[in-house]
Order: sequence, then C-alpha cells, then structure tokens
Amino acid sequence: MLRELWNDAEGGFHPASAPDFLPQTALREVQLRRLRAVVARAYEHVELFRSRLDERGITPDAIQRLEDIQRLPFTVKTDLRDTYPFGLFASPMSDVVRLHASSGTTGKPIVVAYTREDVEVWSEVMARTFAACGMHRGDILQNAFGYGLFTGGLGAHYGGEALGATVIPISGGNTDRQIMLIRDFQVTALCCTPSYFTYMVERARELGVDLRELPLKIGIFGAEPWTDGMRKHIEAEAGIKAYDIYGLSEITGPGVASECCAQEGLHIFEDHFYPEIIDPETGEALPDGEEGELVLTTLSKKAMPMIRYRTRDITSIITEPCSCGRTIRRMRRIGRRSDDMFIIRGVNVFPSQIEAALLRVEGTLPHYQIILTRSHGLDQIAVEIEVTPEVFSDKIRGLEEVRKRLAQAIEHIIGIRVELRLVEPRTIARSEGKAKRVIDRRNEGS
Amino acid sequence: MKLQQLSLFLENRPGRLEAPLTAIANEDINILTLSLADTAQFGILRLIVKEWETAKRVLEQAGWVVNLTEVVAVDVLDRPGGLAAALKILEDAGLNVEYMYAFSLRRGDKAILIFRFEDPDRAIEVLLDKQLHVVSAEELMSFVP
Repeated sequence: MLRELWNDAEGGFHPASAPDFLPQTALREVQLRRLRAVVARAYEHVELFRSRLDERGITPDAIQRLEDIQRLPFTVKTDLRDTYPFGLFASPMSDVVRLHASSGTTGKPIVVAYTREDVEVWSEVMARTFAACGMHRGDILQNAFGYGLFTGGLGAHYGGEALGATVIPISGGNTDRQIMLIRDFQVTALCCTPSYFTYMVERARELGVDLRELPLKIGIFGAEPWTDGMRKHIEAEAGIKAYDIYGLSEITGPGVASECCAQEGLHIFEDHFYPEIIDPETGEALPDGEEGELVLTTLSKKAMPMIRYRTRDITSIITEPCSCGRTIRRMRRIGRRSDDMFIIRGVNVFPSQIEAALLRVEGTLPHYQIILTRSHGLDQIAVEIEVTPEVFSDKIRGLEEVRKRLAQAIEHIIGIRVELRLVEPRTIARSEGKAKRVIDRRNEGS
Repeated sequence: MKLQQLSLFLENRPGRLEAPLTAIANEDINILTLSLADTAQFGILRLIVKEWETAKRVLEQAGWVVNLTEVVAVDVLDRPGGLAAALKILEDAGLNVEYMYAFSLRRGDKAILIFRFEDPDRAIEVLLDKQLHVVSAEELMSFVP
C-alpha cells in the first residue's frame, strides 16, 4: 500500500530513494561502518590489497575515521589487467552469480564480479537513479543500452524492474525498430548513450517521426561524456528532459551517480560508493569544490571490492544543498577523462574542448570526428564536421564563413592550426554504443 | 513570381554528383536547370525542378542536407548584349546579386537568367518597373516536357 502511494504521487519519491535523504551525520556513520568492513574484507581475501597494506605496515584497524581512507593505496585499471581474470575477487566463485567484462580495446578485457547481494545493491542504486530522473512505476522504459558483457544493459534492466517500470530490453542497434517501438509501445522513458540517442533523433526526423509528439518525456544518458549543448539539442529535438548518469564497470556499472530534476550535478550514491577528489599528479586528496580526479571506494561490494579506485574522470564535488532535497553530495558533470586526452605537438587536448568550440559556433553539436595524422614528422589535426541544415547555405561564401568560424573557434581554444573539413551528412560512422571521436593514424606509417 | 531553388551540399569527390541526380530521376522528376558551385573541398548543387517538394523530400530522406531558396527568373532575348542590358538595369538600381546562372530554352529565342538576390521582393519590383519580363514558376514549368 505504502509502495503504491509513493509511486503514484506525482513528484513523490520511491521508497528505494530513502538513503538519498539521510541526514549527513547518519550518512557518515553508515559510510564509516561500511568502509571498515570492506577494507577488512579486501584485506582478508584479496592478495594484492593485503600485500600493499603490509608493505605500508598498516592493518584494516588503521581506519578509525573516514579521513583515514587517505592512508590506503590506490587501485588502478592496470591492477585489474594484471590480475586477469579473477585475481581481485573477494568471494569464492560459488557465491558469484554474475560476471561482466569490458570491451577490452587494448589487450585483455577487465572482468568484474557480483554476488547476489551485489546485484541487489546494483538494482537498488539504478532504481534510485531512475527515480531521481523523475521515473515512477507505470513508466515504460526502453532500455537501449547494450545487453551482454557491457554493464549498461543489464544494470538498467534490473534497476528499471526494481523501480516498478515496464522494461523493454531492446538493447542497442536496429535504430528504425527503436523508433517504431518508442511510438507503438508509447514509451515514456529511454536510456542509452547520448551519442546513440542523437543518432536516433536524426533518424526519426528522416523517417518523418516527430518525437516531440510522442509520450516519451524522460531520457537517461550515460557511459560517455556529453556537453550541456548536446543536452539542449536533445531536449529540444525530442521534447524530453535529458538526464546525465554516471557509472563504471569497475565500481558496479551504471548507478554510481545520477542527476535529479534540478539537473545541476550528479548525486553520488555515497552510502555505497565513497567519493574522493585527488590531484591526479600528486595523488593528494583535494577539498570539496576543487577540481581533480574522482576516486571511488565501493562500500558494500562483496565479490570485488574496489578500494580507492582511480576513475581517470575529472570533476569536483558540490557541497551546497540541492534544491531537490537530497542530502547525498553531488559532483559536476564529467567533461573530460584523463584517458580521452590526446597530445598533439606537445599540447594536451580533450575532445570536449573541441566540442565546446563547435557548440559555440553552431549552437548545437554536429557529428564530428578528430583525425590525427603525421606528415613529415609533424603531427596534424583535422576535424571533420557533418554539414547540418542549420549551417548549410546555398552560397559558397556562406559555407566558407562557417568553415572559417569553426576552425578559428577550435584554434582559439587549443592553439594549434586545424584543417577543418565539411563533410556530407551520414558520412561519419555512427556508434550504437560509445562514440569514437578521435581517430589516431599517427603511427600507421606513411 | 519567385521560384523555389533546391541547394545540396556535396563533397568535392569523384562520383558525388551522380547520386542525388539519380535519386530524383528515380522519382521521374525532370530537372529544368542546374548549376554547380565548388571549392577545392566541397560543392553546392543548385537545382530547379517542377516537383520541388517531392524532390526535397526524396533527397532529405536519402540523407542530403537540402536548402530551399527563393530565386528570380528573368527572360532576355537570346542574342549578343541581351544579358548585359539586363545586368545594367540591376546595377543602376543598386540591386545586389548573390549569384546567377543562365540557360537558353530549346524553343523560342529567349534565354532565362536565374538570379539569387539579397532581397528578391525588391528586385522583382525594380525588374517589373523597368519592363523586364519576370518569368513565373508556372510559365517556366510550361517549358518542361
């Protein structure tokens, strides 16, 4: 009965969201209790972690306060590769009910494991994610995250069901069918990568389907960085509210943090995932508010605890209370990853910087690709941009001006000359998962 | 009095022109005239066809970016000096021509000039005032078989 009241009240909260509103003192107590338990568990069962603590001469008892976490060593992505496949498991395989793995673009994939309890926590945080994005029981959720080894599909699936939504497990791809089901099934919420949804919007327009006239009203997007400009474009073109969610397989998958109706930063479900911000160069912890690398500790993970995992994502913690009433802290949207960065002629460049320049000129984000080549020993950068109806002109001079404005905007930000090429629509490969923005051909030989 | 012109963005690569033309040919749409403007990297194909709505829809569905522009057609005598006389009138009136192209009809002694003006409505007023013959869409399309 209570559950139905919660669900049906417009703007009400799902009972699963209760931890989002814990008083700060109670939340810190929960965090400390769980932190001590997870450190003890990792020390007992994970050899790599135990040997690192032993080297430092510390035991799990060193954790007396939350700040003591800073005494613990970091875990990095290569630790997962080095211990492939099961070296970081803290549970026997008989307790592991699920394995996921990364796509593994370079070398071996990374493997993550879940006990039944881990799957339940994951479902809970995804249900809290959907609830924060304004979903209720009765919503029809089209889950276009890829199902399979990728955590996106199943994570969102279990979370949607836990919330009480009707989940359509369509997975990624087959865009025309996606659009057909959005219309025929009267879908009200959809989740996928933002780049895939941008493509869906474009394809719907070609098919003569106006998404704004359909019941779809909530879009939940994650698994890659995207900008506010892209959000405005998506919201206007599809007539929805577009929310950013955050997660990574190493920690649990999607469900680590989520925006709420305020769309001003992502609430970290910090009763399960303890956040720290560090200086990526020195590893020093930074105070809330300062920008640095996000480091996460899984407070309740059983099968594969991650202690101080370095995410490579750059953000900062927002301490001001949120207008939605949630007490769990927020982080700013991830604009860049230290991994996405490429270095050209000694300059560090993030694709998001180029995106920002394109947005400033065009107003919306066009499909683009960055191509790095080497000519006579000198690195060259070219940016290919698909011509959109918004910038297309019947006059050569008009197009040349667009090209010049785009090139200058990029050069202004990165300080390097770029070759800007306007290309025909649909010539840059579309992704049904994470968009590939940078093509590096510098080491292909010439 | 204005005509609808379709413009398409094309990359300047071999074979890029053929695909859109085939797409509209498949719809049985006859092209009255066309012009191609290009730079080293890209080109703009401008088309005047009778069934421009169909052509626009077909091209957009096939993925091209299509722009609709209003242009003005004027006919002049197809003989030396015919174009120059018309241009002189435009220049005297201070009308800014963004671009133009011309073609002659298979029958008759007229050449048709297609103008893209900054301000087509004012241009039409001036042209009519100077006794030039502005060709309407219906008139022009009557020449299409």
